[in-house]
Amino acid sequence: MKTMNILLSAFRALRRNKMRSFLTMLGIIIGVAAVIAMLAIGQGAEYSVKEQISQLGTNVLIVFPGSQQQGGLRMGAGTMTTLTEEDAIAIQKECPAVAFVSPGARSGGQVIAGNLNWSTSVEGTGADYLEIRKWAIEYGEFYSDQDVKAAAKVCVLGTTVAQTLFPESSPVGQNVRIRNVPCRVVGVLVRKGQNAMGQDQDDIVLAPYTTVLRRLSHFPYLRQILVSANTAASISAAQSQISELLRVRHKIAPFEPDDFTIRNQSDLAATATATTEILTILLASIASVSLLVGGIGIMNIMLVSVTERTREIGIRMSVGARGRDILTQFLIEALVLSLLGGAIGILLGVTGSTAISSLAKWPTIITAFSIVLSFGFSIAIGIFFGFYPARKAALLNPIDALRFE
Amino acid sequence: MSGHPATSGATSDGTLIQIDHLAKIYLLGEVEVHALRGVTVRVERGEFVAIMGASGSGKSTFMNILGCLDKPTRGKYVLEEIDVSRLSRDELAAIRNRKIGFVFQGFNLLSRTSALENVELPLLYCSMSNKERRDRAVSALERVGLGDRAHHFPNQLSGGQQQRVAIARALVNDPSIILADEPTGNLDSRTSVEVMGIFQELNQHGITVILVTHEPDVAQFAKRHIVFRDGKIRADKINISPRAAAAVLEEMPVIDDNEEAA
Repeated sequence: MKTMNILLSAFRALRRNKMRSFLTMLGIIIGVAAVIAMLAIGQGAEYSVKEQISQLGTNVLIVFPGSQQQGGLRMGAGTMTTLTEEDAIAIQKECPAVAFVSPGARSGGQVIAGNLNWSTSVEGTGADYLEIRKWAIEYGEFYSDQDVKAAAKVCVLGTTVAQTLFPESSPVGQNVRIRNVPCRVVGVLVRKGQNAMGQDQDDIVLAPYTTVLRRLSHFPYLRQILVSANTAASISAAQSQISELLRVRHKIAPFEPDDFTIRNQSDLAATATATTEILTILLASIASVSLLVGGIGIMNIMLVSVTERTREIGIRMSVGARGRDILTQFLIEALVLSLLGGAIGILLGVTGSTAISSLAKWPTIITAFSIVLSFGFSIAIGIFFGFYPARKAALLNPIDALRFE
Repeated sequence: MSGHPATSGATSDGTLIQIDHLAKIYLLGEVEVHALRGVTVRVERGEFVAIMGASGSGKSTFMNILGCLDKPTRGKYVLEEIDVSRLSRDELAAIRNRKIGFVFQGFNLLSRTSALENVELPLLYCSMSNKERRDRAVSALERVGLGDRAHHFPNQLSGGQQQRVAIARALVNDPSIILADEPTGNLDSRTSVEVMGIFQELNQHGITVILVTHEPDVAQFAKRHIVFRDGKIRADKINISPRAAAAVLEEMPVIDDNEEAA
């Protein structure tokens, strides 16, 4: 009943001082807008990182051989010589959740072309390697299944290697010597740039894994098997199928540990996401400081307002306002200011983020969460910072308040 | 006018205010200041009382207690059979809201607020529909002759008009008493008489008016004089021949209110 009247009194008081009301709100407006914009930028960054990771291939599994054990000494992952070409072929044939398989071998070495040479890593792969890594050929072509079966002396260069060894001419069709084995360059890869750790992903030479195993490293076991699942959702199915198959093939007894490890990229994705989440929190907490300052602004103005309006409070009390009526009115005024400021701030923040993404081409995402958060925060600020001045007003003695000059 | 039950149910002997041995002691640091030293007085319904005295005589303290703005240190104050001296802060606020209308020397209107909204102010603190509130405020303004100034702000009104808005505000809740604290202190002599005329007219319609003043001229309009000195009632006598404001006005040179405002 009377609450409506107190609401009316609060609105009338705010209307009487339009300029002051606006300036008070300004702090909250800027604070809320900053929080919204910062969260939008942070979450936009998070989204684009996730996007980039999924382009790396989130449905990729890597099978490593297990660790070798000599006496009590364990040699670390990948030291055991258990993965074979046949394992890779069996995975391709017998695991329905698997799309592509590329056995992996590696040989470091000096690559020579004419009078230029370059030390790089030579990766032995299957013909489906580019499918799995979501990579492509810029010039020429990739080697075929036929080349892989025949251990053909062909290779594909990363752009760094191509530019270093063939600064002026096209490398396609030319010969390079890898560990003194002449190989024909059939293609050049699309530039991929640095990976997350700062390594140049284009400083690489790809060759059929058979060629690397039989002609370059002369080592019969695979270093890894790169597998892609049909979809990102079928990763765990693929993982258990591979695990089951390899245990059978390697004749591992039921309670013996695996002699291989299967890793997927979701750990990497999780790490990257966590990093950008920290960024978001950082940005949001910086913006929250401005929201806090806005709240203190409200308290400041309300306190000044209590002093300035002491006589008004006295008049209201003399005509029958109780302390709690005055308290409610001042609290409502603070709340209206912060709510209205919050609403305008949300509008401004949304507009600002949209402007940032269209002008600076920076991805921004506004979630319901960030709007609810900043709106809730402004309500809390209204109550928290409004309460002290409101209480101060409510406790005034009517006679002193009336006599106040 | 729709009166509150308390105002319509008059006591058998017509007593509105009964005050017994009222004392008020202020503490100024370590020093006790005796503002009132045992005041006993009775006011009947329908009286027009002028409370007089020099500054420091205790008349303002008495007025504050009478208006339920302050509580006595000792003594008893019964207003319409309610022992007001025992009420809490909130209960006093309710008494002020329903039974007392204040008129102050400095008008005490809310600035940048229309006359109508100023008059509505006491009604915001009791339950009432928006329409009833507006109607009562308009009729109170009409009663003091300001029906056409309802939407003017205080700074667009003359001193006399502002005081009339304040009187309308005091009237709007249909109170048992109107307490006026030096209501003519900020007004010129003609406007003072006009304002006193309004009080006399209200009194003739049965409203009890208690007026604090130190001007004998102003007190002449009241029907009873209570003189305070040093916290005690020094004299309490009936004014046998109160002046009629209407008659005094006729003898005074005319000054247009609007001219004054412009």
